[in-house]
Amino acid sequence: MPMDKENREFISLPMAELLRLAPFAGDFFSSLGLELPGEEISPAEYFTSLDAELLEDLGLERQSLPGCFTAFMELLENLKGGADSAHIESITIRGGHDKSGRAEEFDLTVKPGEVICIVGPTGSGKSRFLADIEWMAQGDTPTGRSILINGAAPEPAQRFSLEHKLVAQLSQNMNFVMDLTVEEFITMHAESRMVDDIPSVTAVIIELANDLAGEKFTPQTPVTALSGGQSRALMIADTSCLSTSPIVLIDEIENAGIDRKRAVHTLVDKRKIVLMATHDPILALMGERRLVFKNGGIATIIDTSREERANLVRFEEMDAMLGAVRNALRNGEMIGKMSGFFVATGIYGGPRALLLCVRG
Amino acid sequence: MKLITIAGPPSSGKTAVTIKAIASLQQDGVHVGVVKFDSLSTQDQSLYEKQGVEVMNGLSGNLCPDHFFVSNVSDCLAWGVEKGFDLLVIESAGLCNRCAPHIQGVLAVCVIDNLSGVDTPKKIGPMLKMSDVVVITKGDIVSQAEREVFSYRVRQVNANATIINVNGLTGQGGHELGKLLLHAPETPDLEGRLLRFSMPAALCSYCLGQRKIGSDFQMGNVKKMDFT
Ligand SMILES: Nc1nc2c(ncn2[C@@H]2O[C@H](COP(=O)(O)OP(=O)(O)OP(=O)(O)O)[C@@H](O)[C@H]2O)c(=O)[nH]1
Ligand SMILES: [Mg+2]
Ligand SMILES: [Zn+2]
Ligand SMILES: [Zn+2]
Repeated sequence: MPMDKENREFISLPMAELLRLAPFAGDFFSSLGLELPGEEISPAEYFTSLDAELLEDLGLERQSLPGCFTAFMELLENLKGGADSAHIESITIRGGHDKSGRAEEFDLTVKPGEVICIVGPTGSGKSRFLADIEWMAQGDTPTGRSILINGAAPEPAQRFSLEHKLVAQLSQNMNFVMDLTVEEFITMHAESRMVDDIPSVTAVIIELANDLAGEKFTPQTPVTALSGGQSRALMIADTSCLSTSPIVLIDEIENAGIDRKRAVHTLVDKRKIVLMATHDPILALMGERRLVFKNGGIATIIDTSREERANLVRFEEMDAMLGAVRNALRNGEMIGKMSGFFVATGIYGGPRALLLCVRG
Repeated sequence: MKLITIAGPPSSGKTAVTIKAIASLQQDGVHVGVVKFDSLSTQDQSLYEKQGVEVMNGLSGNLCPDHFFVSNVSDCLAWGVEKGFDLLVIESAGLCNRCAPHIQGVLAVCVIDNLSGVDTPKKIGPMLKMSDVVVITKGDIVSQAEREVFSYRVRQVNANATIINVNGLTGQGGHELGKLLLHAPETPDLEGRLLRFSMPAALCSYCLGQRKIGSDFQMGNVKKMDFT
């Protein structure tokens, strides 16, 4: 018999009932250093029964506990519903101005599954652009840009809410500071997202990450023992499956030692909007558009042309070839003469051209 | 004048993010002053001065800096009013994780860093649990998953606060923090105001009942023997 939640507040439910409805509610007590209340009593009763000295020790105030508990339960509900309620069909960036006040004349609308590249020298305004999206600027940041969600200005409360965080960031110099195995690590993340079937989600993520990383790792590998490439692969798989943020920013993926094209496809398949700060020819041309940054503003938006896309095939062949040479070096092989390299690619295509330049 | 208390464990990034927020406020013509409370010495003064901010130092010596803070906060306010600041920031380094300089009716900010690990939010007392704004720093050096878990754990212990990630090095989020600071209420005087939570009479973690031996468990005023 389903409970009528409207009639009875969580705070006055006996613990057994509460935990049945909201299994994560127990976290409230443990995170404050309190013992779990007995099955029969409600949180409200528990709060009144707590020893004053214990509360003093824990740095807690009795009268604020009910409010904290209610806020915590709201947080749980929001996180659970987060994925659906925060459904994003489009994000629009309304141009502002650059550092000299020159207007950026564009309205850029991006949709899930799109790849947008960001190019330009360091200091040209790329970070400010991301911050504008991250904080859902409303003409109140130094660039004067505004961000619209599904065509409308976001609610003010949305701007700082955990559940509506727009950007997940996968950056180059990230480390794992926790001493956990891969499996424990992903499980912990899944718990914080209140995922229903944690073991199977965890297994999917680890398998996906292994697909992306060149070298394999197991669920029992400590995260701190992962190579740079494995870490990036794990974070890409994890973000695509567990993060509720609709936008994923990746920077410097080119040196990551993973199948970067597949990494981007993985995110796109999960309906993420992928923003990539990159000057890697293959990645930059994979995008639908490139935003060119200059002097703190977006100077131009280039749509990837058909001609550029055609080059992409060539770049991929060249990349495969360099990859094969890299492998040959790793295996202690000799590298043959490189002349005829381009001709060979043109005539025979990638794999055969390799035979010409790598002496096995 | 608006008053703000900024607290957080040592080296969590309090000065770094405050400076980024102030830089953005200064561009809008807001006149900001700072008082820094610390126990023995502080490098923070020169960092603030480089940003063109007037600073007053309060060194507590043998006392818990937070206790010292309460005895002096009214005078800090008077100093700020006399200087004509629009906004006075009081930075204090919480040493025992149990004291909090937060005052009822005064905007309370807590700065903690991702590097301190996902169990830290549980361990910090009223300084975190009773703050209005929680600034999380050093997101640039941990993974996205750890960032998400960390902010979730902060939310668990303080579901009412506004949580904001700020990078103390690049300043990403500093502008937004500045906006939040501007929402602080005016504080004309502090006589008779209440601390948000009582402070234990403790100088170090052992005063607080810590029983485990080892450098991981020592906090606060810890003095080491010299064996050289
Ligand atoms: N990588 C990184 N480093 C940071 C960040 N924020 C601060 N730091 C560094 O962390 C160190 C400590 O920062 P401070 O701002 O001095 O910390 P604090 O909390 O004011 O320290 P005390 O006042 O001494 O307690 C400095 O070296 C900062 O440059 C950040 O977001 N990322
Ligand atoms: Mg400081
Ligand atoms: Zn103290
Ligand atoms: Zn002591």
